[in-house]
Amino acid sequence: MSDTGIGASVKRKEDQRFLTGRGNYTDDIDRPNQTYAYILRSPMAHARIKGLNIDAAKAAPGVLAVFTGADTAGLGGIPCGWGVNNKDGSPMNEPKHPVLAEGKVRHVGDPVALVVAETYAQAKDAAEAIEMDLEELPAVVNMEKAIAGSGPQVHDDAPSNLCYDWELGDEAEVDGAFKDAAHVVSIDITNNRLVPNAMEPRAAIGEFDKATGEYTLYTTSQNPHVIRLLMGAFVLQLPEHKLRVVAPDVGGGFGSKIYHYAEEAMVTWAAPRVGRPIKWVAERAESFISDAHGRDHITHADLALDKEGKFLGLKVYTKANMGAYLSTFSTCVPTYLHSTLLAGVYTTPKIYSEVKAIFTNTVPVDAYRGAGRPEATYLLERLVSKAAWELGMDQVEIRRKNFIPKDAFPYQTPVALQYDSGDYDATLDKALELADYAGFPARKAEAAKRGKLRGIGFSTYVEACGIAPSAVVGSLGARAGLFESANVRVHPTGSVSIFTGSHSHGQGHETTFAQLVSDTLGIPLENVDIVHGDTNKVAFGMGTYGSRSLAVGGEAIMKALGKVTDKAKKIAAHIMEASEADIEFKDGKFTVSGTDKEMAFGEIALAAYVPHNFPHDQLEPGLEEQAFYDPMNFTFPGGCHICEVEVDPDTGVVEVVNMTAADDVGRVINPMIVEGQIHGGLAQGIGQALLEQCIYDEDGQLVTGSYMDYCMPRADNLPDFKAATTETLCAHNSLGVKGCGEVGAIGSPPSVINAVIDALRERGVTDISMPATPQKVWQALRAAEMPAAAE
Amino acid sequence: MPNVSMTVNGKQVSQEVEGRTLLSAFLREKLDLTGTHIGCDTSQCGACVVHVDGKSVKSCTLLAVQADGASVTTIEGLAQGDDLHPMQAAFRDCHGLQCGFCTPGMVMSAVDLLQHNPDPSDREIREWLEGNICRCTGYHNIVKAVKQAAQSMKGQQAAAAE
Amino acid sequence: MHNFDYHRPSSLDDAVAALGKGEDASLVAGGMTLIPTMKQRLAAPSDLVDLGGIADLVGIKDDGDSVTIGAMTTHAAVAASSAVPPSLAALAGNIGDAQVRNRGTIGGSVANNDPTACYPSACLALGATIVTNAREIPADDFFTGMFETALEESEIIKAVRFPKPEAGNYQKFENPASRYALVGVFVAKTKDGVRVAVTGAGNDGVFRAGDIEQALSANFSPDAVDSSSIPVDSLNGDIHASAEYRQHLIGVMARRAVAAING
Repeated sequence: MSDTGIGASVKRKEDQRFLTGRGNYTDDIDRPNQTYAYILRSPMAHARIKGLNIDAAKAAPGVLAVFTGADTAGLGGIPCGWGVNNKDGSPMNEPKHPVLAEGKVRHVGDPVALVVAETYAQAKDAAEAIEMDLEELPAVVNMEKAIAGSGPQVHDDAPSNLCYDWELGDEAEVDGAFKDAAHVVSIDITNNRLVPNAMEPRAAIGEFDKATGEYTLYTTSQNPHVIRLLMGAFVLQLPEHKLRVVAPDVGGGFGSKIYHYAEEAMVTWAAPRVGRPIKWVAERAESFISDAHGRDHITHADLALDKEGKFLGLKVYTKANMGAYLSTFSTCVPTYLHSTLLAGVYTTPKIYSEVKAIFTNTVPVDAYRGAGRPEATYLLERLVSKAAWELGMDQVEIRRKNFIPKDAFPYQTPVALQYDSGDYDATLDKALELADYAGFPARKAEAAKRGKLRGIGFSTYVEACGIAPSAVVGSLGARAGLFESANVRVHPTGSVSIFTGSHSHGQGHETTFAQLVSDTLGIPLENVDIVHGDTNKVAFGMGTYGSRSLAVGGEAIMKALGKVTDKAKKIAAHIMEASEADIEFKDGKFTVSGTDKEMAFGEIALAAYVPHNFPHDQLEPGLEEQAFYDPMNFTFPGGCHICEVEVDPDTGVVEVVNMTAADDVGRVINPMIVEGQIHGGLAQGIGQALLEQCIYDEDGQLVTGSYMDYCMPRADNLPDFKAATTETLCAHNSLGVKGCGEVGAIGSPPSVINAVIDALRERGVTDISMPATPQKVWQALRAAEMPAAAE
Repeated sequence: MPNVSMTVNGKQVSQEVEGRTLLSAFLREKLDLTGTHIGCDTSQCGACVVHVDGKSVKSCTLLAVQADGASVTTIEGLAQGDDLHPMQAAFRDCHGLQCGFCTPGMVMSAVDLLQHNPDPSDREIREWLEGNICRCTGYHNIVKAVKQAAQSMKGQQAAAAE
Repeated sequence: MHNFDYHRPSSLDDAVAALGKGEDASLVAGGMTLIPTMKQRLAAPSDLVDLGGIADLVGIKDDGDSVTIGAMTTHAAVAASSAVPPSLAALAGNIGDAQVRNRGTIGGSVANNDPTACYPSACLALGATIVTNAREIPADDFFTGMFETALEESEIIKAVRFPKPEAGNYQKFENPASRYALVGVFVAKTKDGVRVAVTGAGNDGVFRAGDIEQALSANFSPDAVDSSSIPVDSLNGDIHASAEYRQHLIGVMARRAVAAING
């Protein structure tokens, strides 16, 4: 291993600019003659727009234009990227999602008018002068009420607010498995709604060049090419060659910056109408009511076990909140990213899953770090722990007994996926060792002396990422392929530019991808630049989400690098007058086997561009290759998270005192970065379990609309983490990599809640929902003490 | 419009601003010092932390006119030429940043901590940083970086004293 | 935020004059509450009179039996002062975050009387006197309700004078999200007896917990504290804490304060 190659904890190339304030985020960009946009949003969750008087706003100082839904009604709706069918095969309900509200507003924050002015303050001042005549309609927030049929309708063309009623598996067959069961363990569970809260608020700048007819959109996106495709083809009907989308440095995404948002279309569409570039930057309060939220499932599940504790069957009934409109990937999250994970790491032979997707008068819900897999994992691991407690089994024993054994791979689950590799005992063993499980009883006893209740909780999980094989997702309703592209451009002096369709917004691609190149070509890291985030520079790309950058984007780079070395060998063979078959390439040198002839990579690069005596019919000049890589399968990272908490019974405060993660993410390219990704995921997982909750009141007002009420994890909420990796290689990609971006957020929440329940069990508490806030814990303790009072 | 004059990163600046111009907006929009970021509207996230007369403050909660006559240091003014400040260097060495958006405020806040407390414990670091929200790192490596910076700054001081 | 005319007087008299001139003028001290409120357009003063230019308002003076803290003294300065009773310094050192403490001032906090602020509890529990440009107001008469004080229109706080207690302790249970006091209890043993003030919990702002004071006067031990007599309907309930939970926390925090005092 070289000190910059695969497996080295190389310090990040991108850090210098971020640490010196020279990052280039969308809001840092100012275009010549730029104007500013403010978006007037609905203060009501559900209302009919009876009138909009924009005259005073138009006349306000500095105002250049005011647009409403009447102006944008001819545009396409914001599209959904994944069609899901009902049980009977009919397509889902897919109501229009207008760019600016048309006739009705359907959630607090629904955009009503776009005000463009010389300054942001002027635009905002003018928006106050818009008279919105809204006739408030009853709103529906609660999913049960929404599908009851008698209440408010979010969309007239979606009866009972149902988007789809979908299933996976044969319910009757699974019922059969329950007949033989010695035990059935049931659970009702809520996966709490979250607000992603990347620290950089979303922003967009639209620009139009009259001379060329080209549009440019600068935007906070995880996937600029996807935005170009969705916005260009479906909303604005702009041809791709006239539309450039740039996603410069992006301050975190966690899923929330995958989607095509109306604001992007607004500023792009309005730019030629105003005749100047238009910049919009969200205030945080606006982010809360316009960024897609995450999770929000209600589930009932039953697990059948035999008398030994072996799982026989699983039935899962889920209601998933879609919010008021379908965001880009919303529909696949509770179905193909959730139900297909319900086997988990276990050999459960029969599984049935039903998902009802429901419209409510809330912000659209879509993928947030983990997307579907955290919901599946939380459900399963809560259920498994509950089963162990009810059956009097050890938490470790029940899991080991049901693990898919390591010699069973490839393993076909009953819920469509085929896991290629894994070793769940290995990650469990590693976690038990790191967490000092054997020492837990002593720690618990010591905590008791201090008046604290100490508990330990487990989660053993698998997830499906490296999203995704186009053929598979296409057959399941995806309206796009999920390959990735890469271009390797070797410059005459031997330095290399890599153009990748992946997008880095914290993941460190500029370093990890450069390591792949340094390792493959044997050149120094500083000779490699990673170019991403600009549709005019990068040929195509599907972007970064679903822990796919390395397993899909990295593989595309490897494929292109393979083409480059093949071509370079041809050049070397020609120059060194040898047969191509005799050329070996190692450590940056081309040698002719059996001779002492050698040429450095840089010499071949130069020769490629100075092809004085190339046989032009056999060898083209230049050294640049493009590759597209479409994965064969998902990748399946897995692992074990063990959480240890102390509860203060006087106040209900839960402190995470130990958080251990042993994860198998396949081959690790940069251990430092992988560990950082796991830390970040753990923090979001602990955040979901203990702190974060998005609350709407009955009228559809967002109660947790700022950091004053939405509890973000802070440094003093979290412990130091113990993170380690074990390794089984992915069986179907060249690097053997699986993906590490989401495992922390997927695996950890049930370990935290299981630990809280374990701590409270001695006081009679058997259930607690996320987030386990101090108030909730105190109430649970009080209810357990005084059963009568709880009724 | 009022005129404000202040020293920013060692340079004297003077401009007319509206009374309502926040220091953060003054730095970003008038002086093009875009390293100072805006991550919230409720003074909670800390992406905008700069030093005013040597003390860390949230520049989104201070009017530019309130900083009239003050000496302001932003993230752009922390490094000496190409040499990173020990805190910046430690953040890089310890992988204390991912997307980089909270980083300027986090670094400026951490530098102020070491001015008060040159050898903080983990707990003290975590408590001091409660006004700086990071969504990427889980703080583990940030805490590690602050500790490393404290060690390296102590080392520098010891070397300077000899 | 809406625009305004900005004034930075260098004396209290000039400040009063500036305050009188504006149609809807407002004082700004540290600005830690006012500026965010203006950013949200929930406040829109025509004129902003910044007290930051009045040097007389800054500083901590040890008067022997009491300590006088200038209105524009920051929380950080109070926290770092050895002249200030340790319980008060500790309270100041845990307000907001480090950056808020570097800007926020005691005068601003007391004048604002945010029901979740820490300082009002210290004023009540220690029996402080609010010194204004016009008069001296005992804390017991000063805090008149949520965001309400006894201050007149053009009255400006100059300083807050705290008698030094025999012992004191402040326990704060933070709102997990905002970090303001969900419940804060200041227990003080003063020459006038035991005083207990509660912030964060009351639906009319900071208040003294008379029953707990009496119980502690008879028996200054954690076991004597019982918060169940504080009427639940006098307490706040929100998503973070119901009134019942707040009532319970008042007891827990008071017991912890007493235990801390007793060592």
